[in-house]
This record gives sequence, C-alpha cells and structure tokens, in this order.
Amino acid sequence: MPSVLPPLGAVLPELLLAVSAILLVLIGAIQGEKSANLINGLAIAALVAAGVLVLLQPGTTVVAFHGSMLVDPFARFMKVIALLGAAASLVMSVDWLSRAQQARFEYAVLVVLASLGICILISAGDLIALYLGLELMSLSLYVVAAINRDSVRSTEAGLKYFVLGALSSGMLLYGASLLYGFTGSVNFAEIAKVATQPSLGLIFGIVFLFAGLCFKVSAVPFHMWTPDVYEGAPTPVTAFFATAPKVAAMAVFVRVAIEALPNVTHSWQQIVTFVSIASMVLGSFAAIGQRNIKRLLAYSSIGHMGFALVGLAAGTQEGVRGVLMYMAIYVVMTLGSFTCVLAMRRDGRAVETVDDLAGLSRTRPLMALLLGALMFSLAGIPPLAGFLAKYYVFVAAIQAGLYALAVIGVVASVIGAYYYLRVVKIMYFDEPAEAFDGMPGELKAVLGLSGLFTIFYFVYPAPLIEAAGAAARALF
Amino acid sequence: MSDWPILSVVTFLPLVGALFIFVVRGDDEVAARNARWVALWTTLVTFLVSLLLLPGFDAAAPGFQFVEKKPWLGEIAAYHMGVDGISLPLVILSTFLMPFCILASWESVKKRVKEYMICFLVLETLMVGTFCALDLVLFYFFFEAALIPMFLIIGVWGGARRIYASFKFFLYTLLGSVLMMLAIMAMYWQAGTTDVPTLIQHGFPAQMQTWLWLAFFASFAVKMPMWPVHTWLPDAHVEAPTAGSVILAGVLLKMGGYGFIRYSLPMFPDASHYFAPLVWTLSVVAVIYTSLVALVQEDIKKLIAYSSIAHMGFVTMGIFAMNEAGLQGAMFLMISHGFVSGALFLCVGVIYDRLHTRDISAYGGLAKRMPLYAGAMMVFTMANVGLPGTSGFVGEFLTMFAAFQKNTWVAFFAATGVILSAAYALWLYWRVIFGPLEKESLMKMKDLTPREIVIMVPLVFLTILFGFWPAPVLDMTSHAVNFVVARTETAASAAKTAALLLSH
Repeated sequence: MPSVLPPLGAVLPELLLAVSAILLVLIGAIQGEKSANLINGLAIAALVAAGVLVLLQPGTTVVAFHGSMLVDPFARFMKVIALLGAAASLVMSVDWLSRAQQARFEYAVLVVLASLGICILISAGDLIALYLGLELMSLSLYVVAAINRDSVRSTEAGLKYFVLGALSSGMLLYGASLLYGFTGSVNFAEIAKVATQPSLGLIFGIVFLFAGLCFKVSAVPFHMWTPDVYEGAPTPVTAFFATAPKVAAMAVFVRVAIEALPNVTHSWQQIVTFVSIASMVLGSFAAIGQRNIKRLLAYSSIGHMGFALVGLAAGTQEGVRGVLMYMAIYVVMTLGSFTCVLAMRRDGRAVETVDDLAGLSRTRPLMALLLGALMFSLAGIPPLAGFLAKYYVFVAAIQAGLYALAVIGVVASVIGAYYYLRVVKIMYFDEPAEAFDGMPGELKAVLGLSGLFTIFYFVYPAPLIEAAGAAARALF
Repeated sequence: MSDWPILSVVTFLPLVGALFIFVVRGDDEVAARNARWVALWTTLVTFLVSLLLLPGFDAAAPGFQFVEKKPWLGEIAAYHMGVDGISLPLVILSTFLMPFCILASWESVKKRVKEYMICFLVLETLMVGTFCALDLVLFYFFFEAALIPMFLIIGVWGGARRIYASFKFFLYTLLGSVLMMLAIMAMYWQAGTTDVPTLIQHGFPAQMQTWLWLAFFASFAVKMPMWPVHTWLPDAHVEAPTAGSVILAGVLLKMGGYGFIRYSLPMFPDASHYFAPLVWTLSVVAVIYTSLVALVQEDIKKLIAYSSIAHMGFVTMGIFAMNEAGLQGAMFLMISHGFVSGALFLCVGVIYDRLHTRDISAYGGLAKRMPLYAGAMMVFTMANVGLPGTSGFVGEFLTMFAAFQKNTWVAFFAATGVILSAAYALWLYWRVIFGPLEKESLMKMKDLTPREIVIMVPLVFLTILFGFWPAPVLDMTSHAVNFVVARTETAASAAKTAALLLSH
C-alpha cells in the first residue's frame, strides 16, 4: 500500500529552509528591527544546516513528488555550492547590517526564502517545479535588490530587475507552455522520450525557455540588467546575486538541456554556443572601460557565465563536469572579490571605483595579495583555481569538436585578462591612496578562505574533480 | 642518490625561502637585509643542490632520469618530473643565474625588497619546474605561471614606461600560450594522455600535427621571441630592473627554444619538416633585421635586447635544421647566451646604478676610469659577437654549419648577421668604453666594487672556459639530441619529399 505522505526525506533541506524562514519572520515580527543581527545569525545557521543535510543525503538518485523533485548527486553538488554562496554572503553582511539605517531583519529572511527557491529550482524535475522555484527565488531577489529603500540607486536597481525579470519569466513560461504543448508532458524525462526530432514548435519552445534562463544567468543578450543591479544593490546583496542565484539558474539550464532535451542536442547546442561566445566577448570588452568595481565585476560575471556555458555547449558528460567545477570555483572567487569591495570604505563611507584601490599593496599588503591572486585567477592564469576551471570546460569543448568556440573563448580570456591585470596594476604599481578603514573580522575570514582556496586549490584538486564527475554522471 | 626526490627539492626549495621571507614581518631596513640574505642563501643552496644532479646523471642513458611520478589532476594530468640531456643544462643555468640576480639587486633595489625577493624566488621555482615537467599540463602550469612574478617585477620595480611594458609582456605571451593550451587539450583527447614520454612516441596524424605544431609555435615563437612577434621583448628589457632583464634574457627566452626541442620536434616531426623552411626564413629575417635595428639603438639595454632576438634567430635556425649539429649548436647557444646576455645586462646595470641613464651618448671613455669593468665587458661583448675562444662562437658555428648542410642560402644570410652583430656590438663597446673621457658626469665613476667583481668573475671564467672547452655541455646534450634527431628522421621519411620540394 502506498504511503499517504510523500517522501519527505528527500526534501528535508527544503523543509528546513521553509520552516526556518517562517520562524525567522515570527521572531522578527515580535522583536522588531533590533533583532536583525540575531536573525542574520540564525539564517546563516539554517543555511549551513540545510547544506549539511544535503551532504548527508544518499548518493543515489531519489525521485519525489511524482517526478517533480529530483535529488541526485548533481542537485546535491549544486545545492551545496549555492547554499555556500548564500551563507557566505549573509556572513559578509554582518557589518553592513550593523550600520543603523540598514538594520532590517527582512533581509536575512528573504535570503533564506530565495535559497529555498534555489534549492527547489536545482532539484526541479519538471517545468512546474522549475517555474515555482524560479519565481520564489526571483520574487525574493526583487525585494532584496531594493532593500535599501531610502537609496535611489537601490530602488532603481530593484525596479529594473523586477521589470526585466518579469519579462524573462514571461518568456520562460511561454517557452515552457510550448514545450508542454508539443511534447504533451511537463516532466523532463517524459519530454526527453517524446522530443526525439526537432520540430518547429519544439525549437520555439527551447528558444523561449533558454531566453528566460539566459536572463537568470545573465548571459548575453539578456545581460543588460546585470551592471545596473550590481552597482545599485547594496554590496552584500550583490555578492549574493552573483553567486547562489547564478548557480541555481546554471544548474537548471544544464538539467533542462541534458535531461529534457538529450535527443535534440543539435538544436540547442547552437543557441548555447552563440550565447556563450557573445557573453565571453562582451564580458571581456565591456569591462575594459569600467571604473566602478561593482560594474567591472558585473561584466566579469557575464564573461564567466559565458565560459561556464562553453561546457554546456559541449553537451557531454565532461562538459557538464566542467560547468560544475566552473561554478564551484567561480562562486569562491566571486565571494572573495566582493569581500574586498565591501572592505573598500574610507571614513565610514563606501568607495567603489577601481582607482580607490591604488597602492593597496602598501597600505594593506595581505588584502592586496589575496585580491591580486583572485584577479589572476579570474583571468585564468595557472596555477590558480580559475585556470583549472577554464581548463575543464575547454577540454570538453575540444573533445566535442567545438574548435571555433574554444579559440574564441581563449582569445576572449586574454582580452579579459587586461582588465583584471589593471586591477593588479592599480594595487601594485600605483602610488598609494589613503588607506581603507579596518576590515571586520568576518570579512577577513571569508577573504582568507576564498584567497587560500584560489591559490592552493591546485595542490590537492582531486576531491572537487571527483565530486563534480560523480554529479555529472548522474545526468547521463 | 635517486631515493630522494631531488628534482622536486630543486624546484620547490626557492618557495621555502620565499615563504620564509614572507612570514618575517616588518618593512624596515632590517627586514630588507634579512630578505636579501635569505634570498641569496636560498638561491645558492638551490644551485648547489642542482649540482648534485650532475654526478648522478648518466648522459648516455636513454630516456629521462631522476623521474618522479605522482597522481595529481585525476585522469587529466600527473605530477611527472624528470630531466634528460636537454633539460638538465637549462635547469642548472636557471639555478646558476639566480644568485647573480639577487646580488645584482643588492643595492639597486631599495623599495619593497621583501616582495622583490619573493617574486624572484617564486620565479625560480617556476623556471626550474618548466624544464623538469614531463607532463604537458604540468609544463603549462609552470610555463604560464612564470608570467605572474615577471609581470610584477617589471611593473613594480621597472623604469618609466614599466606599465606599458609589463602589460605588453603579459598579454602578448598569454595570447600565444592559450592556443598551446587548446593544442594540449586536443592532444589529450587524441592520445588519451598528457604524459610527455608517451606522447613523444605517439605519432599524431599528419593533418592534426600541422594544427598542433602551429598552436605550439604560437606560444614558443612569442616566448623566444621570433620575428615578427618579438616587439614585446625590447620594451620588457628596457623597463625591467637589471636582474629582471638577466632572467628574461637568460632563462625565460630559453623556454621557447626548449619547447621546440622537447615538444614540437619529436611530437610533430612531419609538421616540423613541413614548416622548417618557414622557420628558417623567419630566423634569417630575425638575424638580419634585428641586427640592423640594433645598430641604430640609442639605449644600451634596447641594443642588447635586439641582439638577443638575433641570437635566438640562430637558435631557431639550428633547431629546425633538425640534425645533430643544429640541435647541439642550438642547445649550446642557448646556454652560452644565457649567461653572456645575462652578464651584458649586469654590465649595463653596473653603469646604470652609477649614472642612472642607459643612453649610449651619455657614456664614453670609461676604460680610463673603470679598467676592470672595461675588461669584463670586453669578454662578454666578444662572446656576444661570437669570437672564437669565447662560448658564443661554438653555438653560432654549429648552428650555421648545420644550416649549411640543409640550405646554403639560409647559412649565407645568417652569416651576414654575424658580421652585423660584430658591427653593433663593437660599435657599442667603442662608444661606451673607448674614446676621450670628456663628460663631466663620468669623471667620478668608480670601478667595480667587490660585490660586482664577485658577480663578474665567474661569468668571465665560464665564458672563456666554454669557449675553449665546450665538451661538458655538448657531451651532456649529445645523446638526448640524437634521440630527437632520430625521432624526426624516422617519423618524417614520408614528409621528406614535400619538404625538399619546398626548400629548393
């Protein structure tokens, strides 16, 4: 006799997040604004606990809710990275929250809710769950982007993100409905069985669905919101934006492409290849002219999404492994870079231009060293972690015979190296500007961990490679 | 002797020194002095340890020696180290030049001494690692990572246009190298491994060899540098601090030549034969063109930089002659040029430290005030010209001899380069050292200090020693070089007709 309750064990992390979000709202409602720090701490604990629960789940594939939720090594890998990004960005916001006018307990609650959406999105086994997760994530993000409601820039960022996000959700929904209409199912596995031949309707569906996903990973040509939102949103929020939601969107991108459309690879491969090339090239060129470090990192992240998509364009198991490794290393590097942006404060006020870093190597040698390593790593120079990330996606592209994509990609990475080098140049070659304020301990910790991982990852790379390999195998 | 990982020790010992300098805090004079001494001792010990490789090395044995192999990047790459007669001399050259670099920077580098020494020690690790790596991915790691410390050395401690020079150096070399990275990936998928000894025996399909060869060529030609992708080198040399120039000319350029001998020739023999005429042409153009350019330089360092490019032209010509004499000559020339050009840059550093200008016109008649200096500089200038009796002669002679066997015209044009090199080198020497001592600023120039004498003497000694007795280097390289030659000949018999058709 079938059990009355659905298999809740598989979704334990999501349940934990949902329950803690509700509890945190309650605490906040009772205690008011002054509980912001407590709630922040509890939210971090909840995210970490959810991450541990994900790690404790069995290594096999579990299907729950009649195929709506898939808990496989792939989902677990991506969830751990996304939760890591979310937890770290909450850690990074401790100092920011302690400043009076920004102490809002809703922030942490919204991040937990967004993380819940992210987990659902990563585990989505059909288009309905995909949309549910995506919207839960996006709605929380719209509010988080505008959390600094007295700031014009922040509200503008939130509004921009909302309008464009709603448009992309609409496109995604339209694509999903076309897919359903032409295949007769919303379930990825069922779609895969039916969608064996590319038909016009199917391709239309894929295009719209992918357009929506490209918006979420901020790939060209749906990247326009990224620099504005990165710049306008408060920096810890930007750090969150740059990590967890992108991991989730990339995860679902990979899952839809590989699980739902494995038989029409050629139809979507072209789209992904184009998007990837456009993102890499635009990310490299557009960042050159940026003076604001947050905008610079925004264009950098556009470029990095392009590199990650190189692995997906290959459409092979090695390619997916490359994407997974890329996202993991990207998240760590991004978190480290944003701690440095957060530490850029003079006399209590945040400064945001690249030139404010001038001479950092003399005023703060250690921070300059770590940020320099992160920049070289983002540029993809060995022996830093960013090189290995690029190596694994390009090796997959070469194997799949996508030579043009690989050549354009590496050339774009050389062009991109220019602006990362410029940051190093400003820190090391230029005359020192006024020193920054002291760096809070939690930022030091995040930056230290991120920097050390980036520098020393090559010493013992096996665990991450194996985990990513196992996760990629689960999709094939 | 082989029961301890001697190559890893030689490679990573400098890192230990760098770490030591890093953890000692403080920015004052004491910390700077500590950094200098630690760096000097580290490089000296590293050099001595690398000398321990010599007694255990059997030049006649086939294959690689002192091999270490450990799993590293899963199935993609292993930590595989080893040396043969081609890489061992370059390893020793690297470790040999490092103490001189530290000594040369003893007084001229005054700001951020700690960081400077750390950069050099890290660079030493990466250079030695590049020559020892027997796995393509590992090689690429070392090869590329060497850009980072060099970028900082030029950019932080360089001259007026250091930022332009450092960016140009970095981006130029990176662009060449990323294409090689793609080729390495393609080789991995074709052969299923990145292990160098296996790949040397592998035999890639001819069509694929062409592309792989071009990708590797893109990287090594920029690194060498070959005409017309040499333009980063004069800028980098002029702006780099003295020790940076020494390492750049002495070791980093050799990575390109080493790459050709170790990878391009034995792994892509057919393509090497096919492209040999192209390389010859570029080499000859480089020899003549850069020699002419050197003639009109106003800046001493720039002149020596252009002369380096010309010498590297001889090296590539010798390598792609693909016979024993050519490869032996190329190897010898690389070693000889390693310390001769390094010594010349040190000589420039000596007078630059005193007068803070590199304009040739600012000098003249130094022989009267600085006889020791004039003597040392003469030896190195003669070696640069390739005078018999100096180490520069052996390599140039062998490469031209080899080129003559393959193509008379190539040898003919290369020989005109020798005449030109005599012209610019002697003219430089005449303008700086001889002539009347008229300039006010030169009147108080002091001759070599004891520290500088310590730097110059071993280099002078080696320059003359290898000029008269080149056997140690030639014996060491001969077996390994013959193996490469045999590999290119057996594998390329089919392509020979095509190459002959093209070259005649």
